[in-house]
Amino acid sequence: MSVAMLDLLQSIPLAWPELVLAGYALLAVLLGAWNGERSFGLLSFLGVAALIAAGVLAIAHQPASAVRIFQDELTIDGLAVFAKALIAFSAAATLILGADHFAQTGEKRFEFPVLVALSVLGMFIMVSARDLIALYVGVELNSLSAYVLAAWRRDDARSSEAGLKYFVLSAISSGLLLYGSSFIYGFTGAISFDAIAAALPNGAGVGVIFGLVLMLCAIGFKMSAAPFHMWTPDVYEGAPTPVTAFFAAAPKAAAVALMARILYEPFSAMSGQWQQVIVALSAISMLLGSFAALLQSNLKRLMAYSSIGNMGFALMGLAAARPDGAASALLYLAMYLPANIGIFALILAMRRGGVAVENVDDLSGLAQRRPWMAALFTMLLFSIAGIPPLVGFWGKLVVFRAAIEGGLVPLAVVGAVSAVVAGAYYLRILAAIWFKPAGAALAPASGAVVLTASAAAVLTFPVLVFALGALQQWAEAAVRGF
Amino acid sequence: MISNLPLLSIVTLFPTAGALLILAARAVLPGSNKGFDDGVKLITLMVSIATFVASLVAFANFDFRNPAFQLVEHVPWAFGSAYHLGVDSLSMSLILLTTFLTPLCILASWTIEKQVASYMILFLILETLMIGVFCALDILVFYIFFEGGLIPMFILIGVWGGERRVYAAFKFFLYTLLGSLLMLVAIVAMIIIAGTTSIPELLRQHFDPQVQIWLWLAFFASFAVKLPMWPVHTWLPDAHVEAPTAASVVLAGILLKMGGYGFLRFSLPMFPDASHYFTPLVFALSVVAIVYASLVAFRQVDMKKLIAYSSVAHMGFVTLGMFAGNVQGIQGAIFQMLSHGVISGALFLCVGVVYDRMHTREIAFYGGLVNRMPVYAAIFLLFTLGNVGLPGTSGFVGEILTMTGSFQVNAWYTAVAATGVILSAVYALTLYRKVSYGAIQNPKLAGILDLDAREWVTFVPLVIATLAMGVAPSAVLDFTRASAEAISLAYVGAAP
Repeated sequence: MSVAMLDLLQSIPLAWPELVLAGYALLAVLLGAWNGERSFGLLSFLGVAALIAAGVLAIAHQPASAVRIFQDELTIDGLAVFAKALIAFSAAATLILGADHFAQTGEKRFEFPVLVALSVLGMFIMVSARDLIALYVGVELNSLSAYVLAAWRRDDARSSEAGLKYFVLSAISSGLLLYGSSFIYGFTGAISFDAIAAALPNGAGVGVIFGLVLMLCAIGFKMSAAPFHMWTPDVYEGAPTPVTAFFAAAPKAAAVALMARILYEPFSAMSGQWQQVIVALSAISMLLGSFAALLQSNLKRLMAYSSIGNMGFALMGLAAARPDGAASALLYLAMYLPANIGIFALILAMRRGGVAVENVDDLSGLAQRRPWMAALFTMLLFSIAGIPPLVGFWGKLVVFRAAIEGGLVPLAVVGAVSAVVAGAYYLRILAAIWFKPAGAALAPASGAVVLTASAAAVLTFPVLVFALGALQQWAEAAVRGF
Repeated sequence: MISNLPLLSIVTLFPTAGALLILAARAVLPGSNKGFDDGVKLITLMVSIATFVASLVAFANFDFRNPAFQLVEHVPWAFGSAYHLGVDSLSMSLILLTTFLTPLCILASWTIEKQVASYMILFLILETLMIGVFCALDILVFYIFFEGGLIPMFILIGVWGGERRVYAAFKFFLYTLLGSLLMLVAIVAMIIIAGTTSIPELLRQHFDPQVQIWLWLAFFASFAVKLPMWPVHTWLPDAHVEAPTAASVVLAGILLKMGGYGFLRFSLPMFPDASHYFTPLVFALSVVAIVYASLVAFRQVDMKKLIAYSSVAHMGFVTLGMFAGNVQGIQGAIFQMLSHGVISGALFLCVGVVYDRMHTREIAFYGGLVNRMPVYAAIFLLFTLGNVGLPGTSGFVGEILTMTGSFQVNAWYTAVAATGVILSAVYALTLYRKVSYGAIQNPKLAGILDLDAREWVTFVPLVIATLAMGVAPSAVLDFTRASAEAISLAYVGAAP
């Protein structure tokens, strides 16, 4: 396969999505420094526009076959475009929620949209990285923005704790990533993914395996796969809810796409070795995510465990060690992320007397007080639980299928059992909504929340029923390079 | 002309269209007042009757002599599956049962006062999903309908149910989900092996006997829970007891039949070798279910629980008949499913009548109802006798046919199962005696009223169906013969 390789000047027209984001971030910093809080609304609006533009540009410029830009530093291929679209649109949705929320709480600091845009830029670089340096730069740009976002409420002890905890643990994982990369560089003599792939068939020594496992641990940390999940519940609970919504969506897509690229491009020759690691990560994540969530009463913590479990399902697709496995993981994300954002939108809407409430019990009797909100919750939660006819079912189906085709029937059975256990805690939320006597009424939800949650609910059933075929083809095209 | 219409889609989706109509009305009109609620009930009733009429039109365009799938609709969809519908006489008969029972359930729900619009919307969606299960010809579409029914049922039990409704709703949902997900893994494996999701093509596929064993077990996990078979029946008494009357009727009348339908559609014809291999297991479980559940039913103090256990016993006859594998057995199993759908549904409605008046299901609370409610007592007696299997009612035909079928395969199991007929007389007649006969002892019953017009309308179709199927079973049996013969051929034809 001949791959077009472009130099700096030729690359610029192809790097529009990244350039839009970087340009927005730099301009917004200037404007914000000039105007302060007053520009929060405008900058948030522009941020949403920039994110959507970046997503649309990425899709519009999807090349027929992979193109390498900036002298083989980054690639534009189906995987990168699919991931970028997911990242950009889910980040845009969470930015809408955040702008709305912070405008209500009076925390109109203009850095919020800027940090989101920078974090997304880092994710864009992660998913199109072609060598270890670009990969590390992308991961760090993403993470550094994320630490600040987690500690957004700097006067709030929980938020500061979340930021600090995230920073300390994430720094260790970045260290692992670097350490692993250095092993790989040392034993293969290459940093470019192509060169690494070319060096591997001559025998993957213990050094390369060691490096690869360290890298997988680091990426597992970023996607909050068990046993590298420790930070997730605390950060999800401590960070302001819009930030949690952001953490729960876009970075997951980036981490899974990055994992897919690493496993299937430079290290595809070592699938025998890494498959065991991914199977273990997947099984532990699914089991831990489902069992640990049973005891949670805080919705944000519960959703943290839910996302650990769901990452386990995405990893089940990757574990299949075949291209359609990677496609199934991407599809899983495309079906899981909208519902997840919708649920966080509804959690944002849980306010009573101006104070945010976030316990399962606070939803008691919602079906009587706010039947529409209850209906949205019901659709979204059943979708994440994977109950047909909602779209989450198809997500589970494709990863099960990939796992079984890859000969991993026991893993699929573990997945089935964890899906039942996970069903129990989603049902607990629904039981509070439908079955408990009505508690004190929640404050009316804002327009942005209703819009986001309704859009997510529409995506879980009617729209995706018709778009399912197109989405499938797109995901399959995304992995054609593997 | 009419036969060019997508009749099955119309029958399947019409209730959902009604649900959307109510949803739109709910969005436009403010709040729920009495007039709005009555309007919703009326719309729901009309939608469900129209669905029944549509299913009769489909029935009129259906040739029961032809064993092939008819009224087929096929629209390609994603992941190699297709929106593929079609019916043979087995599924047509179960669709008619569904559309026949649903309007009666709506009538029985007239006393609901809490969140009426939500209740009716969920009920209509449930009807769509139930009809869809029986006419899906794509295994993924089948699974979607099969599993999707859990959502409305979970909420129906949990919101409008009795005291321990939350516990019952969870137990129902999680039990069924575990079985279903194991079946999903097997379905995916089948799709990979056969390379198709179409049920007619899967029926022509010969799976390796070793693989069949595993697939059969996974399907068994799902259908045995749904049917339910002993020992995974324990969700049923809880769900039945706590569910509102109409949901109990749907559970007993239709949802249980999905398990039996699954065995007949998938397990027997697709995995014949495994079915032969496991027949002793199924026979043993069926006989245990018949005897054990009958004995347990005898000791119940709650009317609904008693009927729930009697359902478990009667479903034992269904599995006994179908795994006999001969035409009599399978015919009997289908007949028993239809008959049990009508009779047990009617019995739950009978309990609902007195529950609406007295708000208790405790057997000891009642006694001497015949003095105050002669019509009710007569109807209750008819269905009790049907449940016992008295000749002349539909219950007799199903039991005698299933036992004729299984006797040819294994006389001993059948002999033990036959005691179930006696045991069912013991518990059913005891229930009837305690509730209806004697003098009224409980002063609270002094003012209880006999059936009103709405309840009359509810019961008359059920009475006619029970007697008609009992007196002229050949109409039903001729109708289902083509399917029964096809299934028996696929099963026996592959015998080692």
